Amino acid sequence: MAAETLVFAVAALLIVAGALGVIFSRNPVHSALWLVQTLFGVAIVFIDLDANFLAAVQVIVYAGAIVILFLFVIMLLGVDKAEDLNIEPIVGQRPIAVVVAAGTFALLLSVILSVGHDFTGATSSTGPLDDVGGTLGRSVTTKPPSDVRVLGVHLFTDYAFAFEITAILLTIAVVGAVLLARRPSGPLEPLPEAEALEVAS
Amino acid sequence: MSFAEVHPTTSWYLVLSAVVFSLGALGLLVRRNPLVMFMCVELMLNAVNVTFVAFGKQFNDVGGQLAVFFVLVVAAAEVVVGLAIVVTIIRRRPGATADDLSVLKG
Repeated sequence: MAAETLVFAVAALLIVAGALGVIFSRNPVHSALWLVQTLFGVAIVFIDLDANFLAAVQVIVYAGAIVILFLFVIMLLGVDKAEDLNIEPIVGQRPIAVVVAAGTFALLLSVILSVGHDFTGATSSTGPLDDVGGTLGRSVTTKPPSDVRVLGVHLFTDYAFAFEITAILLTIAVVGAVLLARRPSGPLEPLPEAEALEVAS
Repeated sequence: MSFAEVHPTTSWYLVLSAVVFSLGALGLLVRRNPLVMFMCVELMLNAVNVTFVAFGKQFNDVGGQLAVFFVLVVAAAEVVVGLAIVVTIIRRRPGATADDLSVLKG
């Protein structure tokens, strides 16, 4: 068996097992830990697809920052109580959810299998993955440039404006999060109950 | 073709991605804890990322990996704002699930 195939099989097993663990864990902390396994599996798939930079970023940003953020919120709020999965608040929600998810999967699978290998690839508008256009960022050696170099060249030339927009987006997100999570000076008003709202209206 | 020459094609990655996307959608519809629902959204985002990278390799196009880069940034921003909202809600009403938040219901 080719090494790529073996790596793919192991990574796919990790990803699917982790995804099932996220869904079916009663404790949110366990869900977060299963999510780490899935994210590592996706990083392995990225390496299998020669996207080394994205694999590193995947581990650093997702497993290192986002999941830790999840765990911090779970621990700080003390919501790590196990949820009783047998309670079904809306009658018929579970079967309908399963049907919708299975339908989504069937739709995606039918598209993938019917298209087969005849993907209609439009001509690349950004550039090839194994070469940087022009002389900018051209490696002095003759070997093909690394994916970090190619990504960087395109990110800071063709996508410079989008890159700046993401900087603004992150700034807005941080300011918004600080404003939202700030402890107000006065006592907290409880959220109105649904019944109270109906009386008021 | 001997068994030793089997290489994963783009379709394999697409099928894997479809599985993970559907599982994420299932979790989002079934679970009521807002934090777990967020994690399921992350699952769906990762499934799409795998698709992007697989197609990028198929067509030898750098656009796929660039799209994944921007998805990562937006996912980070989304998690930050979303978790801040969850913190605000649960501080006011401890133990709230997604079903309890019906204030906006008309």
